[in-house]
Amino acid sequence: MSIQVQNIHKAFGDFIALDNLTLDFPSGELVALLGPSGCGKTTLLRVIAGLEQADSGRVLLDGDDASDTHVRERQVGFVFQHYALFRHMTVFDNVAFGLRMKPRGIRPSEAEIKRKVHELLQLVQLDWLADRFPAQLSGGQRQRIALARALAVEPRVLLLDEPFGALDAKVRKELRRWLRRLHDELHITSIFVTHDQEEALEVADRVVLMNHGRVEQIGSPAEVYQQPATPFVYGFLGAANRFEGQSSAGGIAIGKATLTTGQHVQHGEVIAFVRPHELDIVRQEFGHGIPARVSRVLTLGALTRVELEGRDDVAGQHFDVELPASHPLAGSLITGEPVRLQPRSVRVFANPETAGAA
Amino acid sequence: MAAITANLYAQHDRAALLENRQATREARWVKVTILGAALTFFAIFLLLPLAVVFVEALAKGWHTYLDALVEPDALSAVTLTLLAALISVPLNLVFGVAAAWAITRFDFRGKQLLITLIDLPFSVSPVVAGLIYVLVFSSHGWIGPWLLEHDIKVIFAVPGIVLATVFVTVPFVARELIPLLQAQGREEEEAAVVLGARGWQVFWHVTLPNVRWALLYGVILSNARAMGEFGAVSVVSGHIRGETNTLPLHVEILYNEYQFAAAFAVASLLALLALVTLAVKSWIEWRAAQAHD
Ligand SMILES: Nc1ncnc2c1ncn2[C@@H]1O[C@H](COP(=O)(O)OP(=O)(O)OP(=O)(O)O)[C@@H](O)[C@H]1O
Ligand SMILES: [Mg+2]
Repeated sequence: MSIQVQNIHKAFGDFIALDNLTLDFPSGELVALLGPSGCGKTTLLRVIAGLEQADSGRVLLDGDDASDTHVRERQVGFVFQHYALFRHMTVFDNVAFGLRMKPRGIRPSEAEIKRKVHELLQLVQLDWLADRFPAQLSGGQRQRIALARALAVEPRVLLLDEPFGALDAKVRKELRRWLRRLHDELHITSIFVTHDQEEALEVADRVVLMNHGRVEQIGSPAEVYQQPATPFVYGFLGAANRFEGQSSAGGIAIGKATLTTGQHVQHGEVIAFVRPHELDIVRQEFGHGIPARVSRVLTLGALTRVELEGRDDVAGQHFDVELPASHPLAGSLITGEPVRLQPRSVRVFANPETAGAA
Repeated sequence: MAAITANLYAQHDRAALLENRQATREARWVKVTILGAALTFFAIFLLLPLAVVFVEALAKGWHTYLDALVEPDALSAVTLTLLAALISVPLNLVFGVAAAWAITRFDFRGKQLLITLIDLPFSVSPVVAGLIYVLVFSSHGWIGPWLLEHDIKVIFAVPGIVLATVFVTVPFVARELIPLLQAQGREEEEAAVVLGARGWQVFWHVTLPNVRWALLYGVILSNARAMGEFGAVSVVSGHIRGETNTLPLHVEILYNEYQFAAAFAVASLLALLALVTLAVKSWIEWRAAQAHD
């Protein structure tokens, strides 16, 4: 089932949580909703599910306006940020709940319910926990039970609010691969919220980036990562060094120093981003490039990370450079050594803060 | 549960923790002094009077004791007390659950007013409450003449006693439930709705099971108060022997007539009720703690 969100506006008092949002979620896709804390991700999911009433705008489910459809008739599966398992029921009863609440005419028999619940518990690989109570489960297990419970009523869409939020890094990784496999099996249109960019890029068919209640960019993981549409997206996806300056003949002028871009740059105030692995260190105090000073060298496995402090015109700024550990510089840089930084690849945006003034 | 027992148990755990650690253990004399002071206080102000009730009741032997209890006026007082409790407790149960549910789950105008109103019986003297009912329902009161025309007697009759009892017991159930429902939040209920449950199904299968121990606790307290209430009931009852006397009123009359043994015998019934209430209360707390683990 496809989901269309049209001009949804939602405010809590003076605070605008969703700012005239329009989005399309095509049928059968797994879409990640990515954005910083408080940007309105949960609110959007709740509006789609019908748990929250938008101030204006429409939600279309399968092309039909869902405004007058009650939550329980929307056939959405919702996995809450904090699981919301029924604490006084066993795992089995939790998963069976949706089936047992069906009107008498269409309610399956107890035997049928039992078969189905066990099937779902097998799907989430937790059949052996059927008689436990939620309090006796680990976070990852609760998460999967919450998912099984949502799937029991055969929802037409699945909304997952930070499904792996409360878990440690290793379990997260396992579960997200598992979620991807599950989605490939079931093909239910799914939206999952996360503020972990790696998770979004790894699992989703498409990524929606949100900030301050607005959509910043939509695209495949590769698109949003390689061609970020806005400074926010670039800064949010992956580590990036940020430079602010004025476009000039050779690139971007930052005081007396120049960031060579090797490309034509729009006029006026600009923001430039350089990924840490695309920034070169030149061992000379004067010359081309951005003046900096080595403050720390860290080797973590195959990568060496060099932390630098800006000098002169960029004093007070921090930069990160990543080198292969086998790079000749990796072992020889000395703390405090003055160097110059030169980018191999730069991404430039007009500076939104000063664009209006110029 | 969360409100009462989670709290209790957290305290218990913390106490054990502090006690088991050498670094946080208090000196022996400090413990003994504090504990001794508390126990002495309880002994003098609570245990002693309780013991006196039973000693005085049995002062003239078992025979007098039993006679005082099976005497017709005493039996009628017992019946009336039970009747008042039987009507007011279920009323409060329904009202308390509805009010707590409404207050914690919906936003509506006058919510703050409702919360204040629920607490009114706690803050107003029961005598004043009784007087209000007299003002409204007595033959000189606001709707007294109308009642008289229709031959309905409220004041100095059973309905007045029930009304007064309902009034003083209003807060108990709601007060127990509100903090608990607030602490539990809406998420489980929302999950139930998304899964297709209707309003009453959500309430019956999700909300109620989560608060059942607190509910029972509120009912027990409200029952104890209903049976023990003196002030408000005294004002509206008229003290007609064998007709409008509840147990506490009967005790007072006997006492004023210098029938001390009989007065204490009847009082011992109320004391027993208190003990049973405490026992049930402890049991509920214990069960709730188990459910909590
Ligand atoms: N019921 C509410 N009343 C007032 N403000 C609210 C309410 N619900 C959400 N907000 C505000 O709306 C904004 C968006 O909230 P939302 O829960 O959608 O954020 P989120 O993107 O899910 O964040 P997180 O990643 O931290 O879960 C927040 O700033 C929050 O404070
Ligand atoms: Mg959220």
